[in-house]
Amino acid sequence: MLAKRIIPCLDIKNGMTVKGVKFVGIKEVGDPVELGALYAQQGADELVFLDITASHEGRKTFVDLVRRIAQHINIPFTVGGGISELKDAEALLNAGADKISINSSAVKNPQLINDMAQNFGSQFVVVAIDAKHFDGDEWIVTVNGGRIPTEKRLFPWAKEAEERGAGEILFTSMDHDGVKQGFANEALAKMSSELSIPIIASGGAGNMEHFKDVFTQGKADAGLAASIFHYKEIAIPDLKNYLFNEGINVRL
Amino acid sequence: MKVAIIKYNAGNIRSVSFALERLGVEHIITADPEEIRSADKVIFPGVGEASSTMKYLKEHKLDELIVSLTQPVLGICLGMQLMCSYSEEGGVECLGIFKEKVQKFVLPEPNPDLIKVPHMGWNAITNVNSDLFDISLENTFVYFVHSYYVALGGETAATTHYIHPFSSALHKDNFYATQFHPEKSGDVGSKILENFIKL
Repeated sequence: MLAKRIIPCLDIKNGMTVKGVKFVGIKEVGDPVELGALYAQQGADELVFLDITASHEGRKTFVDLVRRIAQHINIPFTVGGGISELKDAEALLNAGADKISINSSAVKNPQLINDMAQNFGSQFVVVAIDAKHFDGDEWIVTVNGGRIPTEKRLFPWAKEAEERGAGEILFTSMDHDGVKQGFANEALAKMSSELSIPIIASGGAGNMEHFKDVFTQGKADAGLAASIFHYKEIAIPDLKNYLFNEGINVRL
Repeated sequence: MKVAIIKYNAGNIRSVSFALERLGVEHIITADPEEIRSADKVIFPGVGEASSTMKYLKEHKLDELIVSLTQPVLGICLGMQLMCSYSEEGGVECLGIFKEKVQKFVLPEPNPDLIKVPHMGWNAITNVNSDLFDISLENTFVYFVHSYYVALGGETAATTHYIHPFSSALHKDNFYATQFHPEKSGDVGSKILENFIKL
């Protein structure tokens, strides 16, 4: 049976790992390669490296860092931030990235999803969506680290991304991100029932029970978190054991 | 020991190369028939679409070369599928090393567990029965990304369950293949690559 995945996310700025609370007030917490290798050894199922400064400062993800990660880490990893053209993705593929995630650039130019999927395969293309809850089922898609609302709505946009060839959706609830009160399970479950590609849940993990809930109630395929791992509030082996004992299929 | 990774338009060549580097195994990435033929071990990686990749292999005469190899050969993911007789992906005749056919996963109906295709993530290998594996690898997790699968048959060397049981590894004579990515499967994957190198 396919295991539910636990994915630490490493936000990168100037080659260092950072985690912002609601994307402001950034603190440095470590070397991405060292931290990534540690997580891999502890049982992380995948890693995500996001160059968080890239989208608004136009900075390109450091291909050299990606190469170092690929050399040292023996589990799959996704790289995102500032990828707006095929050649950005190709450079990352050639450096050893297993997947790329596109966010603002896909909102601005949805055709980019088709182009990426056709050139590199859907398995390489993660569409990341940051959204804020508006009313009822209405979630507004935001770009540039949650700062700018767009015309797009979460569920139709996720479906469109799938139809255009996305291999996975990484959904971050901007209402839940950084506040540690649990994931946006209702929206996640709705998305999971509407889409046939895997959903990575992001935003809101504060304790181990939140991960259980995101898999059972949120129907997510993977749970992503950052600060609770970086600040050692939850150790990955403890989390995996807890989930296993709660009857959730995880890789131990 | 000379290990050759077959160079063609596959997506995961660099990852395989890095995995061998981590094991301290010297290797070359090459499309040169003589270099491939004279290697002690050959790895045939693969990420991509079956029919277009098969076309590429034929254009570069790599199809005849791969079939004629007599040293241990390891096909990975699409590499394994291309070593089969036929793939539903693009409806293409493949290398025919393994007699199995490659089929598309069909979602169950109804689908209460919200099963997704591709089969992406970590799943367990069971009934392991080739030299690639030892008993310590029974029921361990490895990393998969695929939408097409090979059914169970006489050449099955490991079994995984997704929607239904399928062949997560194949073996016939000097040809070994894994549907999963050993180069991305943590310590378990490293062990499998190591076992292949030691053959």
